[in-house]
Amino acid sequence: MLSFNSSNIASKTRTIGRRMFLLNSIKAVVLLGIFGRLASLQINEVSKYRSLADKNRFRETKFAAPRGIIEDYFGSEVASNTRIYQLHVTPENTPNIENLLIRLKGLINISDKKLRIIKKKIKKQKKWEKIIISDNLSWSEFSRLNLFLHELEGASPVVSVARVYKNNASAHAIGYVSEISPKDIRNKKHLKEINISGIAIGKTGLESTLDEEMLGSPGFLRYEVNAYGKKIKQVSVKKGLKGKTFRTTLDNEVQIYAAKLLENVSGAACVTDIYNGDIVSMVSSPSFNPNSFIHGIDRNEWNELLNNRDKPMINKAISGLYPPGSTIKTLTALSALENDVVSSKLIVKCNGYVDLHGERFHCWKKKGHGVVGMRTALKKSCDVYFYEVARRLGIDRLSATAKKFGLGDKVLQNYSEEKKGTVPDTKWKIRELGKNWYIGETLHSGIGQGYFLTTPLQLCLMTAQIANGGFKIEPKILIDKDNKISNLEKFLNHRNSTPGNVMSTDDQIFNFGLQPLFRNQENINLIKEAMFAATNEPGGTSYRSRLNKKQFMFAGKTGSSQIKRFTNEQREAEVKQENITYLERDHAWFVAFAPVSEPRYAISVLVEHGGSGSKAAAPLASKIIKKVLERHENRSSYSNKFRENV
Amino acid sequence: MLYSRNSLHSPFSIREKLSSLDFTLLFSILLLGVISIFAQFSSSGGNFDYFSKSHAIRFGVFFILFLAVAFTQIRFWHSASFLIFLILLLLLLYVKFYGIQSQGSRRWVNLFVINLQPSELMKIGIILFLSNYYHKISEGDVNKVKYLLYPVIAILAPFILVVSQPDLGTAILILLSGIVVTWLAGVRWKIFAYLSLAAIVMAPIAISFLKPYQKSRILTFLNPDSDPLGAGYQIIQSKIAIGSGGLFGKGFLNGSQAYLNFLPEKHTDFIFTLYSEEFGFLGSVFMVFLYSLITYRIIVIGNETRSIFGKLYCYGFANAFFIYVAVNMAMVLGLLPIVGAPLPILSYGGSSMLAIMFGLGIVMSCNVYKNSALG
Repeated sequence: MLSFNSSNIASKTRTIGRRMFLLNSIKAVVLLGIFGRLASLQINEVSKYRSLADKNRFRETKFAAPRGIIEDYFGSEVASNTRIYQLHVTPENTPNIENLLIRLKGLINISDKKLRIIKKKIKKQKKWEKIIISDNLSWSEFSRLNLFLHELEGASPVVSVARVYKNNASAHAIGYVSEISPKDIRNKKHLKEINISGIAIGKTGLESTLDEEMLGSPGFLRYEVNAYGKKIKQVSVKKGLKGKTFRTTLDNEVQIYAAKLLENVSGAACVTDIYNGDIVSMVSSPSFNPNSFIHGIDRNEWNELLNNRDKPMINKAISGLYPPGSTIKTLTALSALENDVVSSKLIVKCNGYVDLHGERFHCWKKKGHGVVGMRTALKKSCDVYFYEVARRLGIDRLSATAKKFGLGDKVLQNYSEEKKGTVPDTKWKIRELGKNWYIGETLHSGIGQGYFLTTPLQLCLMTAQIANGGFKIEPKILIDKDNKISNLEKFLNHRNSTPGNVMSTDDQIFNFGLQPLFRNQENINLIKEAMFAATNEPGGTSYRSRLNKKQFMFAGKTGSSQIKRFTNEQREAEVKQENITYLERDHAWFVAFAPVSEPRYAISVLVEHGGSGSKAAAPLASKIIKKVLERHENRSSYSNKFRENV
Repeated sequence: MLYSRNSLHSPFSIREKLSSLDFTLLFSILLLGVISIFAQFSSSGGNFDYFSKSHAIRFGVFFILFLAVAFTQIRFWHSASFLIFLILLLLLLYVKFYGIQSQGSRRWVNLFVINLQPSELMKIGIILFLSNYYHKISEGDVNKVKYLLYPVIAILAPFILVVSQPDLGTAILILLSGIVVTWLAGVRWKIFAYLSLAAIVMAPIAISFLKPYQKSRILTFLNPDSDPLGAGYQIIQSKIAIGSGGLFGKGFLNGSQAYLNFLPEKHTDFIFTLYSEEFGFLGSVFMVFLYSLITYRIIVIGNETRSIFGKLYCYGFANAFFIYVAVNMAMVLGLLPIVGAPLPILSYGGSSMLAIMFGLGIVMSCNVYKNSALG
C-alpha cells in the first residue's frame, strides 16, 4: 500500500514537475514581453507620451493686450481705452441659477430677450464655465451689484478694459472696433494668427488699417485642467505686448467744431496744411456713435444707420463721389494757360448760353455775364467762358492736369474705403464705356460736370497744391515717429527767416528739392489771384462769406454739381433750388485757402443737396477757416516743441 | 520516521513555527503591501481618504489572517478543501439570486462587515478543490472519462455563474486557474486540444451572449483609436500615463494623468498605471521583479512540499497569481483587452485581497508543514 502510494506519488510528482517547467518557461516569455512593452512605452516613446500627457493637462487661453491708442495732433486721446464694468456668473457656484438671474434682473438693466439668450447659453456650456451677463455696466449698476454681492452667490463683478471714443466727430476718420466675426478671421491673416474669440478688432477707418499694430501681441494664460476640462490651477501667465500708439495730424478741437457746424447737413469738410500735407481736419456728416459698436450694436440702431437717407456710415470725405462742379474751373483755366491754349487775356462774351453743334450749353446766370476775362470768369464762375476754354483745351489735356493735381487717385494710403473717383478722357471713355468722346462732353467737363467724380479730400488736395504755389505735397493723417520736416516746409522756413531774399523759382526748386506741378508759376499765381477776387471783391461768388480781418482772409472757389439737369421749363420759370425735391438739389462745394497773405491751409467743404456753393458751403467753410487759423499758433508751437523733444 | 509529526495537534512550538516561515516570501508580501498603501494614498490625490484608509486597514487585517492560515495545519486545509469549494459555489448561487447589484452586475453578498465577492474567492477555491481531487485519484485514472467529468463540472459551474453576473474577467481567471491545475495533474494534451476546439466552435454562440460593453471592450482592444473618447479612452489614457512616466517617473504624488482624473479606475484595475507614471520604468521593473520573486518563492515552496495536494496547490496558485499579474499588466499596457482583472494586493478591493492573502496563507502553511503526510 505504502509502496504503491509512494511510487504513485513519485510518478505524479515527475509529471507535475515536467509540466510546471514548461509553464515556467512560458512565464519567462510573458515577463520578457511585459518588460519589453514597458521599455518601449517608457523609454522609446517617452517624448510622444509626455507631449500627449501635457496636451491632456494644459489648456492655454489667449487674452488680448491693451489696444493701441489713437491721439490727435496735440496728444489728446481720440480713441482710448477705458475701464468697463462687467458681470460674470459661474453657474456651478450658484445654488440656483434661475433665482440668481431673477434677482439680477431687479438690480441691473437686462432685457428679457438677453436673458433668454443667456439661459440658452448656460444650458449649452459646462457648468464651471463663466458666462458674461452684462459686458458694460454703468457705474451705478456696478456699485449696486457690489452692495448686494453677499446675496448673489456665483456672480462676480469684473473690471475690464475696452475701447472708448470721446466724441463722434472723428468717427469716420478713426473708425470703430467691434467683436471679431468669422468673416474677419477668414479675410485677415493677422487675425487668423491671433485667434481670440470675442476680441474687439478695427472694422473701419484707421482702426481697421492699423489694426494689426494696435492689437499688439496677445498674452497667454496657461491652466492645468482635469479630465472634465475644469480648470484646476493657473500654471503661468505671459503678458501680451501693448498695441502701438498712433498720433494723427487731426486737430481734435477743429474736428469737434467742424462736426458741430455740419451737424444739420449731409456733407464733409477737409482741411490740410498746404506745406506738409497734414490733414488737420476730416469730418463727414451725419456722424454715428462709434461706441455703439464696441459691445455689439443694437439691431434697431443699426437699421436706423443703414436706412438713413444721409448714409451716416459712409466717410463722405474720402468715399463720397461727387462731380466737382465749378471748383474744377481753377484747373481748367490753369491747364489752358499751362498748355498755352489761351492767354490770360482771353475775353469771351457770355449771353447766358452758347450753342455748339446744335446743342445749347447754359450758363448758370440766365441773363449772362456779358464780356468777361479770365479773372472775372473765375470770380463770377461764368460757365460760358469755361465752355470756350475747355473747347480749345480739349479733354485730354484737362484730364492730365487734373490727375497731376491729385484727382482720380487715392489721396491717402490709410483707408481701404477710400475711392479714386473718375477723371475722364477720351481713352477712359472708350475703355470704360466703349464709346467715342463728344466735344459736348468736353464742355461739360470744363465746368466739372459730366463724368468727373471727385471726393472732398481730393479737391482739398487740389486747392492745397494751387495755394502752396503749385508744388506737390504728400497728404498724411499719421505722424511718423521721426516727424520729418518736408522739403516745402524747409523752403517755407527759409523764406520766412530771410525776408527780402527773393530766390528765383528754379533756384527754389533746385535748392529744396521741390516737385513743381506747373510749367510757369505765374499761371498758378493768376488762379490764386482770381480766387482771391471771388471771395474778397464785390460780385465774387463767395463775397458774402468773406472774412475781413487780415489774418483770417481767405480765397475760395464755389461750386455746385448738378444732380439732374434743368428742363427748359424749369429754366424759363427760374425755379429756385430750394423749391425742388431735396434729392434733386445740386451738391454745394466750396474750396479755399487761407490766409491769403501767407497761405497755410486749404479747405474743401461739401454739402450734399445744399443747392449752391455760395449759399450752403462757403459760410460753413468760412467758419472752419477762422477756427483753423486761430489754432495755427498753437499748432506750430506744439509742432516745434515736439520736434525738439524727439 | 518522516511522518512522525503527523498529528492535527500542534507539532511545533511557536518559535519553531516562526522559524519555518519563508521569510523572503513574507517580506516580499509585506513590501508589496506597504507599496500598495502608498499607491492608494497617491490614487486618492495624496489623502488618507476612505479608499486609502480602508485599503491599509484591510492589508493589516488580512496579513494577520495570512499568518493565521499559515500556522493552521495543511492537513486541515486539505480536508476542508471540498467543503470550502462547496460553500463558495453555494455563495455564488446565492449571489446569482440575492446578491447586491452595482453598476449592472450582481457580484456581492452582504456579510454585514464587508461586502464579499465570492467569485474572487472562487479563484482560490477552484485550485483547492482540484488539487485535492488529483491528490486523491491515482495517476492512471486521470485521463479516464469518468474522472474527467468532475473537474469539467467543477470548473464550468463557477465559470458560468460568474460570467452571468456578469464578470467576464474573474470568470476567465477561474477558468484558467482550473485548467492549469488540471493540466499539471497530467490530463493529456489531446483532451485540451479537443476542448479548445469545442470552445472555438462555441465562441460565436458565446459572443452572442456577451453584454454590449463586453463586446465593445474586445473591439476596442483590437483598435483602441477607433473610439478615443469612448471605450478606447481607458487604454489610450493608460498608455499615455505609463509612457509619460519615462525612465524615472514623475515622482510620488506627481502623476498628472492620475491626479487630474484622466486615468480611469485608478484605485483598482489601473493602479499599476498610476504607480508606473509616478515611479517610471525603474519602479515598474522593480514591481515586476517583486511579483516574480513572490511567484518564484511559491514555486520553490511547491518544489519542497512532499504531498501531491501541496505541490498541485502551490504550483496552481503560483500560476494563477502570475496570470493575475500578467493579465492586469498586459491590460493596462494595452496588450490585452480591458477585462477587469485586479492586480494582486496593489489594487483596491477587499475580496480580491482576501482571496490572495488566504491563498498565500495556504502556500505558507505548505511551507510550515511541508513534511506532513496527507491521507
